Amino acid sequence: MQIDTPSPVLEVSNVRKLYPISGGLRQFLRQQGSSFVHALDGISFRLERGEILGVVGESGSGKSTTALSVLGLINPTEGHIMFDGQDVNQMVRSRDRMKLRRQVQMIFQDPYEALNPRQTVYEIVAEPLEVHHIVRTKEEKTERVKIALLQAGLKPPENYLKRYPGELSGGQRQRVVIAGALVLQPKLLVADEPVSMLDVSIRAEILNLLRQLRDEHGISILYITHDLATAGFFTDRIAVMYLGRIVEIGKTSEVLKDPIHPYTRALISVIPTTKQDRKQKRVILQGEIPNPVDIPSGCRFHPRCPAAIDQCRDVDPQLDVKNGRHPVACIRADET
Amino acid sequence: MTIALEVRHLSIDYVSKRQPLKAVEDVSFEVKQGRSLALVGESGCGKTTTMLALMRLLPREGRIVSGQILCNGVDLLQLSENQMRQYRWQRIGIVFQGAMNALNPVQKVGHQIAEAMVRHEQRSWKDASQRAGELMEIVGIQPERAQQYPHQFSGGMRQRVMIAMALACKPDILIADEPTTALDVMVQAQILEILQSLQKELGLAVIIVTHDLGVVAEVCDEVLVMYGGKTAEYGTVADVFSHPLHPYTRRLLQAFPDIDNLNSTLASIPGHPPALHDLPQGCRFEPRCARKSALCNTVSPSISELRADHFAACHHPEEGNYAN
Repeated sequence: MQIDTPSPVLEVSNVRKLYPISGGLRQFLRQQGSSFVHALDGISFRLERGEILGVVGESGSGKSTTALSVLGLINPTEGHIMFDGQDVNQMVRSRDRMKLRRQVQMIFQDPYEALNPRQTVYEIVAEPLEVHHIVRTKEEKTERVKIALLQAGLKPPENYLKRYPGELSGGQRQRVVIAGALVLQPKLLVADEPVSMLDVSIRAEILNLLRQLRDEHGISILYITHDLATAGFFTDRIAVMYLGRIVEIGKTSEVLKDPIHPYTRALISVIPTTKQDRKQKRVILQGEIPNPVDIPSGCRFHPRCPAAIDQCRDVDPQLDVKNGRHPVACIRADET
Repeated sequence: MTIALEVRHLSIDYVSKRQPLKAVEDVSFEVKQGRSLALVGESGCGKTTTMLALMRLLPREGRIVSGQILCNGVDLLQLSENQMRQYRWQRIGIVFQGAMNALNPVQKVGHQIAEAMVRHEQRSWKDASQRAGELMEIVGIQPERAQQYPHQFSGGMRQRVMIAMALACKPDILIADEPTTALDVMVQAQILEILQSLQKELGLAVIIVTHDLGVVAEVCDEVLVMYGGKTAEYGTVADVFSHPLHPYTRRLLQAFPDIDNLNSTLASIPGHPPALHDLPQGCRFEPRCARKSALCNTVSPSISELRADHFAACHHPEEGNYAN
C-alpha cells in the first residue's frame, strides 16, 4: 500500500447528475413538478489509495450512476471527480483519455455476458494491450497476458490461453474478466456487483481474490453492490446511498455495528442470516425507492422512515458528524 | 398435518445424443399442508429440474426415469395430460423465476391474473376480474392498478403479481422458483413476508427453490440440500442449519456471510460442482470434500436417517457438533 502519498486516488465532490425528460412524458410529469431525473443529487466521497469502498444501495439509489461517472462514461451535471489529481471530465476530453481508460478498469456483473464467446481467453485478455499499444512484441504480449491470468488466480495460465468462455465455469469466467482488467495494471477497479451472478460457494473466492489484489498491488476498489452482507466482509468503508444521496458513510465495522441512519438500520435488519438464534426483529420498509423525478420534500427518506417526525418533511439533512461518530444525514442522528 | 405432496425416489434424465445425463437421482421428500420446504443448491444441482417435474413441465429432453409424485394419494406421473391440467394452477400454483419476463407486456395486469381463472375454472370475466382485485390486495397491490401494464410495475411489484396469479385458482400447494433473486434486499424481505403469511394464513404448502441459504433460514420449515443431482441432506431448517451433517452443507453455510461476525474469513469451497456428463463414480462431492476417504471415491453414499428426521448421504458425516 502506498500510504505515504497523501492525495486520494479518487475524490468526488458535490456531484449531481440530472437527466432531462423530454417530449410527451414531460407533459405528463409537469403535473408532478420537475422534469428531471435526479440520478445523483450532490454526492461527495474520497477513495484513498489501496482502499476498498463499498457503495451500497437499492436499485434507483444512484450507485451505478456513481460508477459510470467515476469511469468518465457520463458527465456530471455539476461537481467534480478527481482521479489521481486530475479532473475525470477533462481527461475524457483530452489526450489523457487513454490514461484514464488504462488506469481505471471496470469489472461487470455478469461474466456470462461480458466475454465474447468466439474469442479465446488469450484474445480477450490481450485485447486491451493492443488497444492501448502497450506491447511491442508478441512475446511481451503473451508474457503480460500470462501474468494477468496468474494474478487473477488462473493457474497455470498456459492451460487457459486457448480456451473459450463456454468451456469455463462462472467463477473462472469472472477471473478472466478480472484478468482483462489487470493486464493494464490499473490503479482503480470499479466492480459493479462482481459476485451477484455467481454461486454462493465461489463468491468468497472472487472477493478474496479482489482483496488480495489490493493487498499485493495496492489497487483501490470501488465496490458497487446492493448486498450489505458481502460488503461487510470485503470493504474498508461503506457509503450507503438512497435516492441519489449518500445518507451514511464510515468504517465498515462502525456502520454495520453501530448504524445511525434509520435506512441503514432497516437495511441491516433485513440481511438474511442462517443463524437460527439470531432471528431479530426485522424492519421491513413498505414501498420502494420513490421515483427520482419526484423527490420527496425535506428528508428524501421521510415517507418510508419509521422514525420520521414532522420536521423531517421540511428539513433536508446534510451529511454531518455528530458526537464524534461517522457522517450521517439525519436530523435525529444524535438521538440514536 | 396432512401431507400435501410427497415425492418418492424421483430420478430424471436428460436425453442427449451421446449418453443420458442424470440430472436428478433418487430424490425423496414431502411437504405438509401449512409448512414450507426449500430445495437448495447451486446451479446445475437439479433443483429446478425437480421443480419442473412436480408440475410435469420438463422440457422435451427430460425423462422421468422412475419415482412417484403423490398429491393426495394420486400419482401425478400416472395421469394423462388432460388430467394433469386439472392439477396445474388448481392444486399446484407456481411462481416462475424472473418475474420481469414472465408477464405479457401488452396485456393489463388484472386481465392476466383473471385469465387463469377464466381458463381453469370457467368463471366469467367479470367474476374473475373481481377476484383478481381481491388477490392483488392479498399480495399488497392496490386493486386500482389492475388496469396498468407490467412496465408500470417495479420488479418487486411484478413478483407480487406473479404470486397473485399463482393463487388465482386457490391451490393447496405453491411452488416458487427463485422468488427473490434479482430483487433488492428490502423488496426481497417484503416478498418473503408475503410468502410466509400465505403459508400461515391460507395454510398453503409452500415449496421454494433457491440458491440463497438466507431465504431458506428466514421462511422455510424444512430444507433439502441438493448436490450434483442427489440429495445431500434433508431435515428441518433448525437441525440442518445448526447441526449440518453433510460436509457440503457445512461448507455452504460457512460461505454465507454472517454480519455479526465480520472478522471471520469468508470461506469458499474449492473446485466447482460436477458436470452432468462427467459425474464422479463415488460420492458426487468427493472431489471437493475435505473429509473424504478411499471409500468415497468408489462408493456413492446412500441417504440415511442419521438423527431423528434428519437425513444425510455421507460416509463420514459431521456429527461432532450435535453434542454442543
